[in-house]
Amino acid sequence: MSAVTERPHEVLEQQPKTAGLEVNEVRKDFPILSRTVHGKKLVYLDNAATSQKPRSVIDAMSGYYEGENSNIHRGVHFLSGLATEAHDHARALVQKFVNAADSREIVFTRGTTEGINLVAQTYGRAHVGAGDEVLITAMEHHSNIVPWQILCEEKGARLQVAPISDSGELPLDEFEKLLNSRTKIVAVAHVSNALGTINPVAAIVEMAHRRNIPVLVDGAQAVPHLRVDVQALDCDFYTFSSHKMYGPMGIGVLYGKAALLEAMPPYQGGGDMISSVTFKKTTYNKLPYKFEAGTPDVAGVIGLGAGIEYMNRLGIAQIEAHEHDLLAYATKTISAIPGVRIIGTAKEKTGALSFVMDDVHPHDIGTILDQQGIAVRTGHHCAQPVMERFGIPATARASFAVYNTKEEIDALAAGIQKVREVFA
Amino acid sequence: MADLRELYQEVILEHSKTPRNFKQPAAVNRSAEGYNPLCGDHFTVYLDMEGDSIRDIGFKGSGCAISKASASMMTQIVKGKSKQEASALFEKFHKLVTGTDAKESDLGKLAVFSGVSEFPTRVKCATLAWHTLQAALAGQNDAVSTE
Repeated sequence: MSAVTERPHEVLEQQPKTAGLEVNEVRKDFPILSRTVHGKKLVYLDNAATSQKPRSVIDAMSGYYEGENSNIHRGVHFLSGLATEAHDHARALVQKFVNAADSREIVFTRGTTEGINLVAQTYGRAHVGAGDEVLITAMEHHSNIVPWQILCEEKGARLQVAPISDSGELPLDEFEKLLNSRTKIVAVAHVSNALGTINPVAAIVEMAHRRNIPVLVDGAQAVPHLRVDVQALDCDFYTFSSHKMYGPMGIGVLYGKAALLEAMPPYQGGGDMISSVTFKKTTYNKLPYKFEAGTPDVAGVIGLGAGIEYMNRLGIAQIEAHEHDLLAYATKTISAIPGVRIIGTAKEKTGALSFVMDDVHPHDIGTILDQQGIAVRTGHHCAQPVMERFGIPATARASFAVYNTKEEIDALAAGIQKVREVFA
Repeated sequence: MADLRELYQEVILEHSKTPRNFKQPAAVNRSAEGYNPLCGDHFTVYLDMEGDSIRDIGFKGSGCAISKASASMMTQIVKGKSKQEASALFEKFHKLVTGTDAKESDLGKLAVFSGVSEFPTRVKCATLAWHTLQAALAGQNDAVSTE
């Protein structure tokens, strides 16, 4: 076992930065939170897997199907105009939300995974050759490992992995040593899904850019919890998923700098991504449509937009402060239980608390908590190399959203005590 | 919490804490690996076969309480049995844990796993070692997966 017993840094123990979020009012926005599970009140602590959806998102999507459904960019008829307008409005919301310079830099995808595959298969295939290197970190989700492995295998390139520390942090000096003239792209998580670590992305980008290496950031676990400004980070690509930020499943975003996207070959061919087609030659459409072949998930895009509007209404600073407070409270409460060990004790964390218990497998923890209505994730979190790094097969992970309460963390603590009783 | 006690019976907890035959037997002529990618349960089942009969059996690996206890009790009950008897027992055990028409009386000590049928997500835990045993008996060398 690695030395991961140290307590998290005191920064987590501080008082919230701002107050003013009425969590009980917020909870009323989420219909599912009033249901029961096994006769118990639902305590949903699996938000890193997917967040619940507010009424406004559900209504926006059903409203589209009930009153606006038609295909976009197609006809002159009224409904097509409405749908196109709603779709474009959502793109503008996304652009503003992550502070992209231009809405052409916002490409809709099926999710973070597709965003990474898109970059690996277009930018990657065009720029990575035999003997080149792709640099990732040891805390990546499988979705930021496998697309690069596929690329490296095809091209005869090498996947380099920057190590992480026992607390689950990325030592930047070690990372920098792996950057060299053969490195063609860096791909790194903004926030680790298994450990909750917030990586110093701006510093990573600066290091890579000094060597003219572009950086892709997997922001799936960051955008729901932090203010993200892609221009301030200066990253080249940033990708995230709607369903972890109160929006629907099956839709996501790839941000890319316009100059890079312009130069990249298309990902998939089909309708909407072309300007003109003959059997001799096809001219591709302008950005962002060049990367959006086929009829898109219009309702999904509208739901994503509604999710962003919901977050804007609550205020990202308020969300951040509330979740910071929750994570600090959870860390203190859960780590005080005898036999429980926190995995991932970085100074800067958000969203998730992974833990293991002496002599109890996480799967058994998950079942016993579930019987009490408490939903947590158990397993390897699609990050098997992270589990291997810490010498454990799996963890239990509680992850938080804006609607979670300290009472729910108390329920989790009581649930863990129940696990101890069963296995006493 | 009656439901939980149905699942985590004393016998199961005891076997998970001190699994029997939790070793590689001295002589092994067949083995197979079993893996549940969803939860990371990972076991190897070792066999010392004499013709069609299981002369000795052991297992190693890691997993949850249900999977480990199931592997432990399986090794106890199939030792000395023929390949056919072991397969027939698995069929009955599978019916027991999936709640499809199994007579507990047919299963002896394995009847303690009847509570698993109330927890569909845990059926794979209870059957992992048995699937692995089947693979070892069939002489498959590839790892078996629950997915």
